[in-house]
Amino acid sequence: MAKVLKKFLRSQIIVPLFALLLLIIFNLIRDIGFFSLTVTTNNDGNTVLSGNIISILNGASELAILAIGMTLVTASSRGQDISVGAEAAIAGSVFVSVLRSNQITWPVILAAFLASCVVAIVSGAFNGTLVAVFKIQPMIATLILFTAGRSIAYWINGGATPTVESPLLGYIGSFIPGIPIPTPIIIVIIFGILIWLVLRFTNLGLYTQAVGINEKAARLNGINVVGMKLLSFMILGVCAAISGAINVSRIGLINHETLLLDIEMDAILAVAIGGNSLSGGKFSLAGSVVGAYIIQALTITLYAMKVPSTAVKAYKAIVIIVIVVLSSPIIKEYVLRLRDKMMRRPAKITDHQQSITGDSKSL
Amino acid sequence: MTSNKGFASLPGKKRRERISNTNLLLTITICTFVCMYIIAMLIWGGGFLNPQQFLDIFNNNAFLIVISCGLTIVMIAGGIDISVGGITALVTMACVVYLDDHGGSVAGSVGLALGIGIAFGLVQGILISYLEIQPFIITLAGMFFAKGMTTIVSATPRTAAHEAFVALKQFRIEIPGIGSYGKTGNFIPAEIELGVIVALVVVLAVLVILKWTRFGRNLYAVGGNRQSALMLGINVKRTQFFSYLLSGLLSGIGGYVYLLHTGAGNASNATAAEMQAIASAIIGGTLLTGGVGNVIGTLFGVLSLKTFSNIVVASGLREPYWQSITTGLMLCFFILIQSVILALRDKGGFKLLLPKWIRLKSEKSA
Repeated sequence: MAKVLKKFLRSQIIVPLFALLLLIIFNLIRDIGFFSLTVTTNNDGNTVLSGNIISILNGASELAILAIGMTLVTASSRGQDISVGAEAAIAGSVFVSVLRSNQITWPVILAAFLASCVVAIVSGAFNGTLVAVFKIQPMIATLILFTAGRSIAYWINGGATPTVESPLLGYIGSFIPGIPIPTPIIIVIIFGILIWLVLRFTNLGLYTQAVGINEKAARLNGINVVGMKLLSFMILGVCAAISGAINVSRIGLINHETLLLDIEMDAILAVAIGGNSLSGGKFSLAGSVVGAYIIQALTITLYAMKVPSTAVKAYKAIVIIVIVVLSSPIIKEYVLRLRDKMMRRPAKITDHQQSITGDSKSL
Repeated sequence: MTSNKGFASLPGKKRRERISNTNLLLTITICTFVCMYIIAMLIWGGGFLNPQQFLDIFNNNAFLIVISCGLTIVMIAGGIDISVGGITALVTMACVVYLDDHGGSVAGSVGLALGIGIAFGLVQGILISYLEIQPFIITLAGMFFAKGMTTIVSATPRTAAHEAFVALKQFRIEIPGIGSYGKTGNFIPAEIELGVIVALVVVLAVLVILKWTRFGRNLYAVGGNRQSALMLGINVKRTQFFSYLLSGLLSGIGGYVYLLHTGAGNASNATAAEMQAIASAIIGGTLLTGGVGNVIGTLFGVLSLKTFSNIVVASGLREPYWQSITTGLMLCFFILIQSVILALRDKGGFKLLLPKWIRLKSEKSA
């Protein structure tokens, strides 16, 4: 038991969990009723749960899904995809344009989603080809779609911000009658379980790490390096399509400029807060998901403290800096040494320290 | 650009490994720019034949040139700084509020701009180089902080009304002998803004720093290979720290240049400028992996990027979305060229050299 606890305390997820805990405690001290849940009836006559905790879980859905994909890309390609927001906008536009040209029924929604998935996978494959085949740094390669993507979305819509209205979309974006939990949360849970199953029963996780840690060694061991990188970018494309569809269903219209704006930055932050190295290799999906919820919890907390929405960024930045400084290798090492000194034990090299010296050249 | 085959076997000959061989990338950038402009002049004529329109590229983008220089320095050292656009916005807002509400002087506002830039550079530099945190995250947080602070300083856009500042803003330098004839036949001399002079001085200064100072050469060494630089006795952390400090300082200057151009403080100032600056540096032949790059290339990168948008407008694609789609295509083109050239260089098919006039003396003699 003690061994398990010790292992848990040393794992990378401890810092983000601790940060989340601090946020929760801070909120409880500020307002004891912050996390209270209330059962209300919404406009459609459904019995639903509401409260800050639901809005945190609900609001972070798109971010959590993107963070999962971003973690895989980061792990395999040692870089980040900054075009996910644009990809989601493209996928959302395709979703809307298919919906608008048909009567909205479940098969049509499914077809629209599949179409948006295909487009997003193609854009993911475009990024992936540049990265894997042409050996361009991911951030630069995805800068192309980052610049052009939202305009392509605008072009798909024929230069407008069309709305789509249907009770069926409301089921995806808000609530299914009879279930008191917002549907996006359920989608995240289903997606998370799917990814977990894939990682559990296939070699995807192992191969991704291998490619990220040492590309040459992975190739010599018979792993298809180009294929793995491409695959990770395509998975991220699917993630972007899902979050695009959720967001469109939630709002009921597509606006290429504001749909999931700046989400790429938040997704990369979620990966970093989750304790993952941005220079690839080992990864923890759970950490990234926790990171996504930290970002959303922070935003909701700031809103609850009546901080104007435009100024939220500044406070967010301070908290982010504190988190990354606390989880920086130098500080961690210092804390460990301090603890060893207090317990009068000789300082020993942590495995964390070893992993850091290997990838000192980040980005 | 003679054959390089014999040198490895001739240790006695004065020769050292070149560090920043971007000649070909730089030449391609400059050629593309010149060709693009000549073709535009031939096909669309009109505005492109007007020297003022050429100078307006400088007038409108002086700030972008300045912050791209800072980014080039950081990218050569193997880092990235995406806070530059945010700092630019913060500087414009802070200076306007200082000038109008707090009775500030022009000199004071320049000091404020430099101070903000240096403060950002200092904090980011320390966190990145001495605490070894990933530069992307720190400068991203820096961007968030700067943008948030801009709205905290003033939530609504402000226009400067300070007399001395407005006089400075409207100061124009006429270029003798160049100009165009107006509709009534009168001669309108071409003019440039004060910011352009600042931008060109910055480009020259950065060129000198990168080429002739120990710090500049260290930047290439650190960016090229951190481990080897460390073995050579270069203070890697300090070099990295100063690269971020310089980038912060240049963002401060860039912010003031922006203010000199528009005269207004606005939270949406310089939106996505960091990405444009990165794109300019890439088009100019700087690699994000570090160790390769040139500030002259960056200057031409900015010019190419902006000339290209002018061409897109002139060719009739006036909808705003064409701008970014074509910019994306252009970026794609340059990135692919870089990738192909680097792949060929690795195979030994190409030799990348700096042009003669930019090379170090010892390189020339060899």
